[in-house]
Amino acid sequence: MNFDIALLLIQDGIVNGALYALLALALLLVFAVSRVMFVAQGEFVTFGALSLAVLQQGSMPGTVWLLLILGGLAFLADLAVAWKTKRWEGLRGSALLNLALPILLGGLAYWLAPLKPPLAVQVILAVALVVPLGPIVYRLAFQPLANASVLVLLFVAVAVHYALLGLGLLFFGAEGWRTPAFTSFRVSVGPMLVSGQSLLVIGSSAVLILLLTLFFNRTLWGKALRATAVNRVGARLVGIRTEAAGRLAFALTALFGALSGVLISPITTIYYDTGFLIALKGFVGTAIGAMVSYPIAALGALFVGLLESFASFEASALKEVIVFSLLIPVLLWRSLKTHHVGEEEEE
Amino acid sequence: MNAVLLRRAVLGLFLLALALAPAFGGDFTITLLNYIGLYSLVALGLVLLTGVAGLTSFGQAAFVGVGAYTTAILTTRFGISPWLGLPAALAATAVVALILGWLTLRLSGHYLALGTIAWGISLSYVFGNVQGLGGFNGIPEVPSLSIPGYKFETTRQYFYLIWLVTLLALASIVGLLDSRPGRAIRALRNPVMAESFGIDTARLKIWVFLYAALLAGVAGWLHAHYLRFVNPGPFGLGYSLEYLFMIVVGGAGHVWGAIAGAALITGLKTWLQGILPKLLGSSGQFETIVFGILIVLLLQYASDGLMPWLDRLLPRRKVSRAPAEAKALGQAAFPARGSVILEVEDAQKAFGGLMAVNGLGFQIKAGEILGLIGPNGAGKSTMFNLITGLLPMSGGQVRFQGERLDGLPARAIVGRGIARTFQHVHLRPAMSVIENVAIGATRRGRKGMVSAALRLERAEERQILFEAARQVRRVGLAEHMDDAVGSLALGQQRIVEIARALAADPVLLLLDEPAAGLRHQEKQALAALLRGLRDQGMAILLVEHDIAFVMGLVDRLVVMDFGEKIAEGPPERVRRDPKVIEAYLGSAGTGP
Amino acid sequence: MTAMLEARDLAVAYGKVEALHKVALTVPEGQIVTVIGPNGAGKTTLLAALMGLLPAKGAIAYQGQSIVQLPTEERVALGLSLVPEKRELFAPMSVADNLALGGFARYRQGARDLDAKRAKVYERFPRLLERADQLAGTLSGGERQMLALGRALMAGPKLLMLDEPSLGLAPRIVQEIFRIIVGLKDLGVSILLVEQNARAALEVADYGYVLEMGEIALEGPAGDLAQNPRIVETYLGLAEGH
Repeated sequence: MNFDIALLLIQDGIVNGALYALLALALLLVFAVSRVMFVAQGEFVTFGALSLAVLQQGSMPGTVWLLLILGGLAFLADLAVAWKTKRWEGLRGSALLNLALPILLGGLAYWLAPLKPPLAVQVILAVALVVPLGPIVYRLAFQPLANASVLVLLFVAVAVHYALLGLGLLFFGAEGWRTPAFTSFRVSVGPMLVSGQSLLVIGSSAVLILLLTLFFNRTLWGKALRATAVNRVGARLVGIRTEAAGRLAFALTALFGALSGVLISPITTIYYDTGFLIALKGFVGTAIGAMVSYPIAALGALFVGLLESFASFEASALKEVIVFSLLIPVLLWRSLKTHHVGEEEEE
Repeated sequence: MNAVLLRRAVLGLFLLALALAPAFGGDFTITLLNYIGLYSLVALGLVLLTGVAGLTSFGQAAFVGVGAYTTAILTTRFGISPWLGLPAALAATAVVALILGWLTLRLSGHYLALGTIAWGISLSYVFGNVQGLGGFNGIPEVPSLSIPGYKFETTRQYFYLIWLVTLLALASIVGLLDSRPGRAIRALRNPVMAESFGIDTARLKIWVFLYAALLAGVAGWLHAHYLRFVNPGPFGLGYSLEYLFMIVVGGAGHVWGAIAGAALITGLKTWLQGILPKLLGSSGQFETIVFGILIVLLLQYASDGLMPWLDRLLPRRKVSRAPAEAKALGQAAFPARGSVILEVEDAQKAFGGLMAVNGLGFQIKAGEILGLIGPNGAGKSTMFNLITGLLPMSGGQVRFQGERLDGLPARAIVGRGIARTFQHVHLRPAMSVIENVAIGATRRGRKGMVSAALRLERAEERQILFEAARQVRRVGLAEHMDDAVGSLALGQQRIVEIARALAADPVLLLLDEPAAGLRHQEKQALAALLRGLRDQGMAILLVEHDIAFVMGLVDRLVVMDFGEKIAEGPPERVRRDPKVIEAYLGSAGTGP
Repeated sequence: MTAMLEARDLAVAYGKVEALHKVALTVPEGQIVTVIGPNGAGKTTLLAALMGLLPAKGAIAYQGQSIVQLPTEERVALGLSLVPEKRELFAPMSVADNLALGGFARYRQGARDLDAKRAKVYERFPRLLERADQLAGTLSGGERQMLALGRALMAGPKLLMLDEPSLGLAPRIVQEIFRIIVGLKDLGVSILLVEQNARAALEVADYGYVLEMGEIALEGPAGDLAQNPRIVETYLGLAEGH
């Protein structure tokens, strides 16, 4: 490996690492707030990328149907609960989020798609179609299991991953998609030729991470999410609804997932099952941050990107093996560091 | 009809139907049954690992793959006999399992599950990407099994082999669970309690993990020679999830649930694969949608699974587990009454900056009840955990019969004759009273998992249960002998804790608030029991809040506040100590 | 005198084991009511049920309105606050943020006076102002209890429930905490106080209940309970030599 190749690999690694970092932060947020290790995060990446690809063809993406169907089911679930408890107050909000919003977004997509609007509009539309899926999936799969163990929630998350994977195949088909680059801009930095797309990915990630940090530190809702994450009982005692926090966290995770998908789709060909592996690499980063530290999770994800980049050059067939095997020593180190026999560990 | 007979009849019918299946079923049915058998084999291991021991593995399919690839390579490349492929497959699986187990089983709970996802994916990429494993096309022309004069070729011929192996595996697990090591495995979900009664949880987890992996390895070996073809497909994360799904559907802790779940999932999958592409108008693995949704619904609404429901259809058997007669287990002799057996010297425990125990020292003599009292949060339970090795000391010493205890793990300390109860009960709620108490006697048995799986430890098992039953009667819970502990009142559960501690044959008994939640008469019975134990020469250390109970029972008192000893002596003197009154009762200071 | 809180036939079960059985309890407006009893009697369970942290059977009326169906968060919004035994602070967040979040329910209802409210809490607990930027997890035991109290006050409660406020605190701090509790009563806040420090609790309370094994064993004006021989023997037992 010579110096030029190494530089190229580093550039590649940082671009991928920046995306993994976005996913790692979103995964960590969801875990901290809802205790769900949301391995299905990757499907939001896929849906974001593929929705954009389909919009660029001038067609309406299958995400619309997914949104309408799942939203309808979520509303029915709320209706059933309201019926059982005879408490109807929350139903209006549910109808807005689960029925009105999907119909509005679907209508927009139906109207705009054939017009082939500018790229920026397409990107916003693609992301907007995915974001409501976050709270809807939370409502359907996780909200009824609020008191379940982390393990059961992980199991449910894996099941949700498989269901969404199949739905992705159904609505987008098995072929791969790649969207055109957002920009053809290129710039030489010393010996290195850096593409505008790379800069866009890195820049967007940095801005998003900054916005998330401001949200957590400057707004009461951001603090409320953190509060739910560190002490659920305490949060409830000051009037923060666990479900509201969960919805917000899942909306943010869907947003970050879809944005990653949109950003990565000009770089990699995306199939219906690509997102899972991408998000899992974000997860390795999250694990490096011990499922608690946001900065370490982001750095860990960056490290995963670099490791993957070099692994794919040195042993391309085994790059996934190398990346995922990294998780084991990392987890081991974390769990040895936080080991107490005295702690109760019930099912 | 007698419940036991009825249950045997149902079992007999099942076996008969299985035996006759090849005579009546079509090729499709038999193929399906073969798959169910293979999947059941893997699921049986998972019942033990996940359902009983609580260790979730998303990587079992990878072990099937290790077994299958090992035998496939050895038989196709090196031409060795498939029968030698079996030990080789088992050895390879064992090596991989021991390495992965050693690495990941130290992880707890969800970290473990995440770790298994990681190596599960890694291994499935190894199968698909390593040169020499045939890539994604796999290894064709794996030879069939044969024995002299008989060649396994058809689906029907394999049927009996597969199901023979599966049923043997099932019998081994049934035997294993109904034994001393089986109870230890069931105690693994509560490692604090397990370690406190002498169970080496780290080692036991590895054994359980290994056994589950070996069953998967055998399934892989059968798979390779039955299908005569190996490719990475069936060894990925998706299949691992399906195995987990099978045991959840079947009822995670139920051995027969493995077969019920495997049958249901395999049947459903076959049906869905036939019908979904037609319904949806395109081809693809759409059954994952239905499976995914079903798992979510199942966990939300019926997480108990199929077996408990089937189980309720049949009458309960009403046979007590307590043996009528058995040779008594050996007992340790008590040291001479009045000799000092436990010395605590300058004990210290810091949690962060807070000194929970600060320079505490006291002694306990054989044949004495020592009370440890103090306000909530004074550090009494922490002191218990320091003596029993659940927490490491920050400083100071604990000596028991002259030997240093600090630094020893909890399981070693109970082995020296110190048994305890917990303030917040640590019992297995679904297990019966006698079984919970028998966990206490774990350290008094010798037989391991292999003997249990082969049922070679029945004599020792009878001794242990006999001893457990004796302790249950001794504490006055004979009428609840075979009831699930979870159905008892909290006060009674505390008494079960005492019986379990006694079953460990202690010289020193540590009781953490045994009288809480007891009615007046129950308290008197408890006091009488404890006096009886003292009179036999046992030493008892008692933490209790019920002052009246303590005052009437103990020989001496040690009073703690803010981690320090503020008074020591006979009860009548301590109760007049102004420092005790000040600390213990305090005052709002707002009165007149 | 109207009842701020009234519970009838309240029952809570953990699985098959009943932890509370047919508990009836009233907190009149503007009074301090205490519940005393041994460890494990169900005191904390009682508060958790009243707050909606545990599912309960029976009737709970707050200012005449049934709240037994309402989730915890809505009870907070109505004016119930609990200072739990474990304090349940947001340890990695600052004292100021902990207090701000204490006002979350009111913020959601449209109140934008968090800073003014917080200034009032700082007036009552000057110590918290000194520590405003410090993380809650680094506070001493007494400061934590003050922060827990302050956080509860940020919600502007009409009924404040306190679980073992004296737990693990040095006698001097306990006195301070109890003075504050009495001060709150004078402001018109109704208080339900659970304490194992029976003497201190009965000194400040107007009325008392004795909870034993999940049932109300005894009740009466606090002064009478403090003289009751059975209470003296069981809960003030050591006091003979006093």
